[in-house]
Amino acid sequence: MTLSMWKPRQKFEWAFENFNKVVMPRIFARNEFPDLNRKELMNRSKLNSFPKKACTILTALAMGVSLWSCETNTNGKEVDSPETIETDGLIMAELTAPPHVPEPVGDRPAKKVLVHMEIIEEEGEMVGGVSYVYWTFGGTVPGSFIRTRVGDEVEFHLMNHPDNKLPHNIDLHAVNGPGGGAASSFVAPGYETAFTFKTLNPGLYVYHCATAPVGMHIANGMYGLILVEPPGGLPPVDREYYVMQGDFYTKGDFGEPGLQPFDMQKAVSEDADYVVFNGKVGALTGENALTARVGETVRLFVGNGGPNLVSSFHLIGEIFDRVYVDGGTTVNENVQTTLIPAGGAAMVEFKVNAPGEYHLVDHSVFRAFNKGALGVLNVSGEDQEGVFAGKIVEGIYLPEGGRIQEMPVDTARLIASRPSEVLSKDEMMEMGRNVYMQTCFACHQSDGQGIKSVFPPLAQSDYLNADVERAIDAVLHGLTGEIVVNGETYNSVMTAQTLTDREAANVLTYVYNSWGNNGTVVTEEMVKARR
Amino acid sequence: MMNDEDTEATYLIAHARKVFLLPMAMILCLMISSVAIGQPKEMVRITGGSYVPLYGNSDSNLVKVRDFYMDTHPVTHTEFIEFLYDHPKWRKSKVIALYADDNYLAQFETDLTLKKRENPNAPVTNVSWFAAKAYCASLGKRLPSVDEWEYAAMADDKIIDARKSESYNRRILSWYETPTTYRNAVGDGRGNYWGLHDMHGLVWEWTSDYNSVLISGESRGDVEGRTELFCGGAAVGATDLMNYAAFMRYAFRGSLKSNYTIRNLGFRCAVDADHVMTNTTP
Repeated sequence: MTLSMWKPRQKFEWAFENFNKVVMPRIFARNEFPDLNRKELMNRSKLNSFPKKACTILTALAMGVSLWSCETNTNGKEVDSPETIETDGLIMAELTAPPHVPEPVGDRPAKKVLVHMEIIEEEGEMVGGVSYVYWTFGGTVPGSFIRTRVGDEVEFHLMNHPDNKLPHNIDLHAVNGPGGGAASSFVAPGYETAFTFKTLNPGLYVYHCATAPVGMHIANGMYGLILVEPPGGLPPVDREYYVMQGDFYTKGDFGEPGLQPFDMQKAVSEDADYVVFNGKVGALTGENALTARVGETVRLFVGNGGPNLVSSFHLIGEIFDRVYVDGGTTVNENVQTTLIPAGGAAMVEFKVNAPGEYHLVDHSVFRAFNKGALGVLNVSGEDQEGVFAGKIVEGIYLPEGGRIQEMPVDTARLIASRPSEVLSKDEMMEMGRNVYMQTCFACHQSDGQGIKSVFPPLAQSDYLNADVERAIDAVLHGLTGEIVVNGETYNSVMTAQTLTDREAANVLTYVYNSWGNNGTVVTEEMVKARR
Repeated sequence: MMNDEDTEATYLIAHARKVFLLPMAMILCLMISSVAIGQPKEMVRITGGSYVPLYGNSDSNLVKVRDFYMDTHPVTHTEFIEFLYDHPKWRKSKVIALYADDNYLAQFETDLTLKKRENPNAPVTNVSWFAAKAYCASLGKRLPSVDEWEYAAMADDKIIDARKSESYNRRILSWYETPTTYRNAVGDGRGNYWGLHDMHGLVWEWTSDYNSVLISGESRGDVEGRTELFCGGAAVGATDLMNYAAFMRYAFRGSLKSNYTIRNLGFRCAVDADHVMTNTTP
């Protein structure tokens, strides 16, 4: 381990100048993995290292039987144990913010890879109107994506920004060594630390901060993914994205506005207020949605930072053609929902067959619709009648069944919300939009277009514009049974929404003043009269 | 903008005192503590007692603290500049690298003036442990120990040990989540039970033995064997699981070395009670 001052301009020079003098001898001087004997490593490498593409196909054709044939590479030479792979040259690691990932390693040889990761404590938005102080690797939650291949020698520089209040460190699950680097990387604010490791096992790994109190550092967003590709790289796909789930614990409940501090008691009780993809509600919806075209193959690198909850990761409307179970070597096929443990990851691959909106969810489904664990994949392209005819939709999961569910109303909160100040229409629109994105968006969609034959549209809706009281009633008390909207018959269920008078007025005003509707302003009095 | 005037004033004060200080320092006896009391800066007496610190796990870990005096607020820029006038070897252009790293007094424009946006009444930060120790020694004082600091800091405005109080913990934690508090003036916070200000809320503070309760870099490993070490991860040894505000203080101290200078780290001084003549209680 080396320690030095945090000096952005100097760090590169230092690393280059000292690599041969300081870092290299250290790598070779230490026996870093005394508990793995060489034979074990050889066996591991045979099983774990991904062979060239041709070999993969062979394996797929005759799983198990032909495994031995992968012990040789294309040159017919025995594959070295990863520990003995020699590196060829030095590169700076490309680090990317989610949902993007760096370029694949392809067939590049193993190299010395320099990683410079900066720790930043900063305030960010959890959901419209709610902010939170995140602790981040690289300024994002999850932290920057790191991409390596087996045999790389990673020189990891961790810089703790001078304005930060706390010391931090990093534990990379891709490391074979005590603490995954945690002890070597403990660094005070304003300092930089560096350590090295060699990537031995291919797979997708979580990294996270492991400074006391560990749970709090993780709960504040200090996690991310590091990929170790096999020699020759993973099979090429058309699109790759980076998605990571995390649970958050705040003093105020979901949606309560203002800066929300971390709540240790809720964290200990594992009572999450937010369960989200990529650090906030809506990180993968609206204009942030993932995109693909019909016929393309998509690979998602999916991680779960926790700190507590296990994810039942599911993509509504798609089936995972291949899942690298737990981010390791085993490939499972035709999977609907894959379990991603806290501190674990998986790679999922699927070909998108039909255009439309697909929803990424944690299928522990209240997390998706009530706590934020919802993302969108927009697939564009021609309709594929043969694949999907459009009448039968595997739409939004509807857990409530065929009757209206009453939900408890917090009277204190209602009273507190009674008008104390008059909002301008602009303010109503803004607050209404926040409510919409938290509450209505999942069914009625981002532009009020609904989902054909399942959830009626709000955009240019004759049903909506005809009767404002009926619309208020629907929000307050729910709506069930057959209705006709813009000539189309819908027979489904909307639950009563637990909104305050103000929230209901704002969201209705937002809806009436968006997407070509008639511009009605709904006041809190109008809502109160119908409650 | 006030700096020039301020430093001018402190310069005069410093020199006036120098005439007084130098012979005193040469005499070096119990009387020296009266110099501390003679300072314009207030100290308060902390009545000793015993408590179980965070890293303890039962009454067997009871820590005894003797009576001592402590500065009512962290040492400010103005006060530190005064010290720099008298002790040139601690100016940033002169300081020995062994005693302070490159960021030492980084918020200073020159050896004796602050950069424009800095607050002269804010705590001095970016000071090493060596510099903090030297400052206190120059006034006949010393840095408080971890045990003393924690003992004095566990009070809220009403009781000596408020560690179980939710509002006490929440106030500390909200500081962790507020940026750039190091630029706020001292003395704005409510005084605690002892009359101490800003124990929480502005900056971390050096202690004489900051590294004696060690959280190693791999905090989860601290559970095993070395039970005297505080475990940050599983925290099985901690007396009060909910006092996680303190977890972070111990973790922070564990990341320090004596030549480190950090933007969020200042200090205040203490002195043994029996070094202070009772009839001159401040």
